[in-house]
Amino acid sequence: MGNGTSIGRVRGLGSAKGGSHHWLLQRFTAIGNLLLVLWLLASILMLPNLAYATVVEWLSAPIPATAMILLVISTFWHARMGVQVMIEDYVHEHANKFASIAALNLAAFAGAAFGVFCVVRLALGAN
Amino acid sequence: MLVSILHRVTGNGLAFAGLGLLLWWLGALASGAAAYDSFAGWVWADLSSLNWGEEPVSSLVKLVLKIVVIGISWSFFTHMASGIRHFVLDIGAGFELGVNRLGSIIAPILGVLLTAAFWALLLLR
Repeated sequence: MGNGTSIGRVRGLGSAKGGSHHWLLQRFTAIGNLLLVLWLLASILMLPNLAYATVVEWLSAPIPATAMILLVISTFWHARMGVQVMIEDYVHEHANKFASIAALNLAAFAGAAFGVFCVVRLALGAN
Repeated sequence: MLVSILHRVTGNGLAFAGLGLLLWWLGALASGAAAYDSFAGWVWADLSSLNWGEEPVSSLVKLVLKIVVIGISWSFFTHMASGIRHFVLDIGAGFELGVNRLGSIIAPILGVLLTAAFWALLLLR
């Protein structure tokens, strides 16, 4: 690897190797988000009202609970990848970039775990 | 260019504000009726019941949260419209100048129209 011009430093290294996996997962989770968020919005529109008892009765049933858990996983996964791209575009300093992506991963997994737990708690009747 | 910027801004807005609201909603539901009523009182307050004289700060927060909730719905529909445009471009279609330009004009307009339609259906039912 050369240490002179920019092109000299990257020539011969080949592609970044791991990019297509990220790109594909971004699309797969996007399709999941499209279906699941539209399902959520349609469900909200079709509920007779948004009072506590109405929403809990709806969300506690097996299919809405499963769809909501899938929605939480798909949206948090997609958001984690999208925010990662933003960090990579705007945070150039290595240590700051590492810290930002580490914090992003902690927040994404913690948020998704909390969301899934809340739905499971409701669906298993702890309300 | 505008549609690309909007895609990024709405996407990151949804990641932070949208998912934050989703977790607040699910957390309130899982915490019981009192927590849910508190959630609803903050994010979708009855504007006529706000006490601006004695509670100016919480009244302002409730008003802003209402705008945030509508903004999140606009972000979703706009991100969805430009995201579907991305799917079309991903399969290699729509790169002709005229078609590409038309798509970039339709996507943000569709986002606004769908937002208006969603709230009309929700509030006027």
